[in-house]
Amino acid sequence: METEVKKSLFLATLFTIFLSIMIWVGSRNLAHFDAALVGYTFASLFAVFAIVYRYVMWLHRPPTALYWRRGWELMFKREHFFSNLKFLVGRIVTIIGGNSFIWKRDKERGLAHWLIMWGCILAAAITFPLVFGWLYFLVPDGDLTSYKIVIFGFPTLAFKIETTLGHLIFHGLVVASVLVISGVMLAFRRRMRDRDAAVLQTFSEDIMPLLLLFAISITGLFLTVSYTWLKGYGYAFLSIFHAITVIFTLISLPFGKFFHIFMRPAQFGVAIYKKIGKEKMARCIRCNTEYGSEMHINDLMQVQKKLGYNYEMTDGTGHYQKVCPRCRRLLLGLSQGKMWHGPSIEKG
Amino acid sequence: MTVSSEMAFFVDANRCIGCQSCVQACAECDTHKGHSMIHLETIQRADTPQTVPVVCMHCDSPTCAEVCPADAIKRTSDGVVQSAKKPRCIACNNCVLSCPFGVPKMETKFELMMKCDMCYDRTSEGKKPMCATVCPSQALTFGPKEEIIRQRESSTPVNEFKFGNQLIKTKVYMMVPKTTRQNYIDVTASMYDSSIGQSMEEHLEDVSLDFLGGTNG
Repeated sequence: METEVKKSLFLATLFTIFLSIMIWVGSRNLAHFDAALVGYTFASLFAVFAIVYRYVMWLHRPPTALYWRRGWELMFKREHFFSNLKFLVGRIVTIIGGNSFIWKRDKERGLAHWLIMWGCILAAAITFPLVFGWLYFLVPDGDLTSYKIVIFGFPTLAFKIETTLGHLIFHGLVVASVLVISGVMLAFRRRMRDRDAAVLQTFSEDIMPLLLLFAISITGLFLTVSYTWLKGYGYAFLSIFHAITVIFTLISLPFGKFFHIFMRPAQFGVAIYKKIGKEKMARCIRCNTEYGSEMHINDLMQVQKKLGYNYEMTDGTGHYQKVCPRCRRLLLGLSQGKMWHGPSIEKG
Repeated sequence: MTVSSEMAFFVDANRCIGCQSCVQACAECDTHKGHSMIHLETIQRADTPQTVPVVCMHCDSPTCAEVCPADAIKRTSDGVVQSAKKPRCIACNNCVLSCPFGVPKMETKFELMMKCDMCYDRTSEGKKPMCATVCPSQALTFGPKEEIIRQRESSTPVNEFKFGNQLIKTKVYMMVPKTTRQNYIDVTASMYDSSIGQSMEEHLEDVSLDFLGGTNG
């Protein structure tokens, strides 16, 4: 077995064990663990194992490994630490909170992603602690109009049930469903109408995740409809169907499009790398213009070497990586033109 | 749907008249609508009127994809290297700085690499890419290889390029003289040439004859 596979398996097992311990501890020796939700728990444990395995394997790719190492090195560099922290907070608010770059790509796309993302974050923030027994509600002594929120076994705030706050807390998943369904509808609309989406989309990569999100949300909403207005009609069937959709989604997290959730934070490491890299720019050996950071150019030469590329000049005068992209395009034209009248032509 | 194996893309910078038709048409493509992905370079305006249209060459082993930390660049089964996958691209610029042909563009405000994808929405349906459709001098051509070889008697298509010690094979062809001894283009051979403008005049005859479908080979 290769080293990276062993390392990935080890870390995946470690994270899975850690989550299991946290479930045990957080639910106070499973005292507050809801046995009916055990399917969700096992699906979550599987998802954690597979996500960590894939993530660690991904980190072994030479370019990813380099960014991972450099990102952390630069983040904690003493002279940059506080400016990095400030920079990161700003990026997290605009990139994660607002999805600013997706809105710029396309407004409809931005809105769809923003709705789906916040719907999923809200749903995950409510569901996982409930499933793992980390969160439950307690009726305070003698007060049947209130609930107390218990987190990790520690009582926290109490709230009146028949208040706006109470309604919001107990209908958080309904809000999440509405957000997700709206986003999914917009995403489907784009996928049905846009030729660029149509040409490259695949069922497993692009359609299935949307179907799963829709299935989870709509069955979840129907559960609320069932117990609120239909006296529990079809509740057993709906709850099993809802569980199947959730479990299937959890299991699919590491394999398809959903994995980008775990890859995207790399964007912050890259942003810091680019910010600090600007301090020392490299100049093209042909036209002498700045075209990238010196650190980036040197790192890329290392990465290319590891990947088996050899862009060293044949006469030992340097490395092709030190030529700027514009000069590369010019060289292509020049070298082709040269063949029409250069020394290599046999005059016929 | 995939791009037919019968069809190929041919670039002949010698034929380029710098009319910008390709640049304008490129932005019409649905896969990157509003954004022109073609590079139309002017070699050195003071010395030469020559312009070079540069499209993605769609390497067999794409350096851009290999150096991508997010595994965002995919090559489809028909050999077309696609633009970065939108959910994955982390805008690191590795592809922009690594592509030996200088093709990918970084759209900073989108945090996304975009590049020529041979108008995949068109070519996968059997149509020509936008640039090849509008190019008046056929510096950019899309069609069956046999047809190009038959029509251009003095040139031959090559799809191997040398960058220092690295040989790269591509899906897109470049036209070179039939009489050439080497079956690849040594891109770094022109590394320290100031321009080809000085010697352009004396070889204008070769180029124009080939452009007219002449037999000067």
